[in-house]
Amino acid sequence: MKIVAQFEIPYFQFLNEDSQVVGDLPNFAKDPANLLRLYRLMVLSRVLDAKAIALQRTGKMGTYPSTRGQEAVFIGMGDAMLPDDIFVPYYREIPTLMQRGVKASDLLLYWGGDERGNYFADPKKNLPFAVPIGSQALHAVGIATALKIRHQKNAVIAVCGDGATSQGDFYEAMNVAGVWKLPVVFVVSNNQWAISVPRSAQTAAKTIAQKAIAAGFSGEQVDGNDVIAVRERIAQAAEKARSQQEPTLVEVLCYRQSDHTTADDASRYEQKGIREEEWKKEPIARLRRYLESIKAWSPEQEEALQTECTNEVVKIVAEYEGVVPDEPTAMFDHLYATLPDIYADQYEMLKNIGGTNG
Amino acid sequence: MAEITLVEAITQALAYEMKVDPNVIVLGEDIAKNGGVFRATVGLLDKFGPERVRDTPLAESMIGGLAIGMAIAGLKPVAEFQFMGFIYPALDQIINHAARIRNRTRGRMSCPAVFRAPYGCGIRAPEHHSESTEALFAHIPGLRVVMPSSPARAYGLLLASIRDPDPVVFLEPSRLYRWAKQEVRDDGKALPLDVCFTLRVGTDVTLVTWGSLVKETLAAAEMLAKEGISAEVIDVATIKPLDIETILASVEKTGRCVIVHEGARTGGVGADISAQLAERGLMFLKAPVQRVTGYDTIVPYARLEKFYLPSEKHIISAVQQIMEFA
Repeated sequence: MKIVAQFEIPYFQFLNEDSQVVGDLPNFAKDPANLLRLYRLMVLSRVLDAKAIALQRTGKMGTYPSTRGQEAVFIGMGDAMLPDDIFVPYYREIPTLMQRGVKASDLLLYWGGDERGNYFADPKKNLPFAVPIGSQALHAVGIATALKIRHQKNAVIAVCGDGATSQGDFYEAMNVAGVWKLPVVFVVSNNQWAISVPRSAQTAAKTIAQKAIAAGFSGEQVDGNDVIAVRERIAQAAEKARSQQEPTLVEVLCYRQSDHTTADDASRYEQKGIREEEWKKEPIARLRRYLESIKAWSPEQEEALQTECTNEVVKIVAEYEGVVPDEPTAMFDHLYATLPDIYADQYEMLKNIGGTNG
Repeated sequence: MAEITLVEAITQALAYEMKVDPNVIVLGEDIAKNGGVFRATVGLLDKFGPERVRDTPLAESMIGGLAIGMAIAGLKPVAEFQFMGFIYPALDQIINHAARIRNRTRGRMSCPAVFRAPYGCGIRAPEHHSESTEALFAHIPGLRVVMPSSPARAYGLLLASIRDPDPVVFLEPSRLYRWAKQEVRDDGKALPLDVCFTLRVGTDVTLVTWGSLVKETLAAAEMLAKEGISAEVIDVATIKPLDIETILASVEKTGRCVIVHEGARTGGVGADISAQLAERGLMFLKAPVQRVTGYDTIVPYARLEKFYLPSEKHIISAVQQIMEFA
């Protein structure tokens, strides 16, 4: 017997659970201004998230997937991308899309049940949310192939959750990314749950990151409650994609501090106490304690930021609530580039008869 | 001008469009060096190189999803599935994304991709190589389904499908790939989508068909003529959206209609045409609309497949029955 191949899965953390620096900080994190930018965005995300849930509870929003506890994943990722990189989300990345220039009110509009919420201003840099789990990973490799054919040096960042890593599409996307050397970063936001099924019931693999090994490229784990680590490792992977046309799988370990969506009740399956235990690691307090320790943040600034974010969210919600529903015939408007003549009858019927309530 | 087969017309259309449009990319299993299992892409690798003629790993959902990503990024991918029976893993991608991305993004993004597959039985192939399940796709809003039946229509309709700004499922009758040759000018002229082609003008009965069974239907019309029955033959060509106006106009003239298709009867596209004739053409009809279709069975393996496939005999018998009305 001889060993023909051996592999290692590294784990990255720069700010530990006690907000202590582990090893050397990456360069960007040595400038407190960069960390303050990330901090403000994470706080804004959490305030907006709480408001979105409140809107749903009062009937002003459809089913909504919370970002609570995953702020470092989504904000670190958004900060790691360059404007011309292509972002391929699943459906929880409201904070990242806000960083990418999408209006927050549009994102609420999407979850409020209006396709126009996907009508982002910036043409093809951000894909819309993809609800069928894992399916978007294949669009990412298709886009990455197009970039490669055109010799465009941009990265494609594709995100999914831990549940999606059981999907064939996820493996198929990684496989072709490896064999075609595509400029793509697969980010798995491993929040430990796929609705009610825990990570341990999803795969017997010790890490999700190691799934990249079978596809012929590297995978790594990152502390998803450490925004510095998320930002640094995804930025490195994206740079590797741009400059070397090499894919990477980044498994970001975090915890879903919420139900799966507002339509879910995690008390049916989540062990008591675990969420509280995980909360000790949560990303916002972790960074705040560090910023305070280096005298870059004060309770006064915190109070001002909370007020600022609350006011910002009031504006976002007002903008969202100000959008009146589209015309019923809008359902035909973008079915095809030009609506085929044979659908004219159905279009007229809808226009004249309207819906059950209209 | 050379005479070419249907499969050669496919190759000719792909080569023409790849030459004039650098965004056209061909991808699929065994399509590059091997030229495809039916040789539909033969020679393209040498002409256009491995960047644009891409052998993919063996995963059909991936082929569908890759093509969608490429199309979103502004390419015009033409993805080949080896047989229609192997397109099913990509249904999620085609139904949930290709057909919807324009609607989902209110026109910000689109999916100008073509999903090609050979379809139909009669080539003595193993199981799963004989499917005729176009009705699955015809049911899906946002898709086009195009099925050529001659070299000239294969050439013109494939060009139109590649140039179309929306996703097209392009199903090629494998039984007719090398059945007949026809002169096809390589002039890049597309044929119109979304319209039927009237292949034979008649006055007594309208025979509506598409794809593989155009062959048998034309032969049946010829035999019926000898009996003094004048049959009009319509090749639907674009199954979705379906040009019912041409069919209605023909049935208004003939008063009789037989719909001929290879796919299973229940829920087949013939059922929809028949329903539309009942809704809008009942007053013209001198006799009930008839369907001549594949049975509601799994397509049998090679030894029995000839009993599955509708023949001239079935078509003539259906016409004779309805000629007895009025």
